[in-house]
Amino acid sequence: MEPRGSRFDDQRMEIIMGRLLQAGVLLASTVVLAGGVLYVRRHFGSSVDYRTFAGEPANLRSISGLFRLLRAGDPAAVIQLGAILLIATPVARVVFAVVGFALERDRFYVAVSLIVLAVLAASLFFSS
Amino acid sequence: MLLFTLLVFAGSIGAGLLGALTGLGGGVVLVPLLTVVFHVDIRYAIGASLISVIATSSGAAAAYVREGFSSVRIGMFLEIATTIGAVFGAFLATRMPTRALAIIFGVVLLYSAWLSWRQSRCHTEESGHSSPWSDRLRLSGSYPDGTGRQKSYKVDRISAGFATMFGAGTLSGLLGIGSGAVKVLAMDQVMRIPFKVSTTTSNFMIGVTAAASAGIYLHRGYVDPGLAFPVMLGVLAGSLLGARLLVRARVSVLRSIFTVVILALGVEMILNGAMGRM
Repeated sequence: MEPRGSRFDDQRMEIIMGRLLQAGVLLASTVVLAGGVLYVRRHFGSSVDYRTFAGEPANLRSISGLFRLLRAGDPAAVIQLGAILLIATPVARVVFAVVGFALERDRFYVAVSLIVLAVLAASLFFSS
Repeated sequence: MLLFTLLVFAGSIGAGLLGALTGLGGGVVLVPLLTVVFHVDIRYAIGASLISVIATSSGAAAAYVREGFSSVRIGMFLEIATTIGAVFGAFLATRMPTRALAIIFGVVLLYSAWLSWRQSRCHTEESGHSSPWSDRLRLSGSYPDGTGRQKSYKVDRISAGFATMFGAGTLSGLLGIGSGAVKVLAMDQVMRIPFKVSTTTSNFMIGVTAAASAGIYLHRGYVDPGLAFPVMLGVLAGSLLGARLLVRARVSVLRSIFTVVILALGVEMILNGAMGRM
């Protein structure tokens, strides 16, 4: 093991990860902002009540329902799409870590990253 | 509607700013703000907060990376514990009364404040101890010391740090916060990782941890688009500003801000929960 050499690679990996996260957040927040502007325009005069919890309509909670609403141009669905893109951003970072550690030939950390990825995948798929 | 959105947006900027400066993530200030000031149901507050926490963590990432403090290995290794904890916490949250959530939230805030106060009183920067596993698990690293040189460090008490991280993940999933305070505690106090390395690495871990429970919240309808969008954009704007200030701010000043705000919010949350106003 060469601490100096691996340090350099880790540094590069982190820089790319940083860019990846930044790009993901930029994309997600652009979508959320667009959805937010549309949302405010549609619900301009109406009053809001978040005191009581009702849960969101089923269409906003599932991917297929979400795309149906998106095609109908529902602003809430646009915001929700942004939220999903945002959740995908750190997941993409972990996927990249698997690749990065593989390039460094660090099997132990490839395994570590894969475990984290498996937990994320399990939480995203089993909850639906 | 417009006024409410603008006020939530402004409050979120403040929460994001403080969250980035302290390495906490905006959620710790945001959830009490939404519930206590804006009378939002704590479940909607948690959902919106968790989304904003991901934005905070990822948005500030590029700025933190440039400083060269964070450690991708320590982060990834400990994320095993935080993500499993987060899934556990999110399932607990859906089975718990909101009053209990409010009280737990308050207790967590008070405890963080106490830890932070104690930390600033007797802080041991260099202990000299390190676990033999620090090198074997490749957790040892180095960071710029401000004079252009690299300062190396090792990691101590890895299993205790790992267990604390599981707790941090559970709190994150349960309360919709980044639980950066507990993550920093696990690294800075338990594992004796330098403070700046701890806070920046914690920032990366927050996003991955929150993503592990965000899917569950989304499916359960905790994420309201009308509330989530001003919160997310506001916290993101505040956190980006905070990340720029972090490089210049002094660590002791950060801890002081951290302690006072956390203490006040903790008392407020417990009172609200105990009196059934949640």
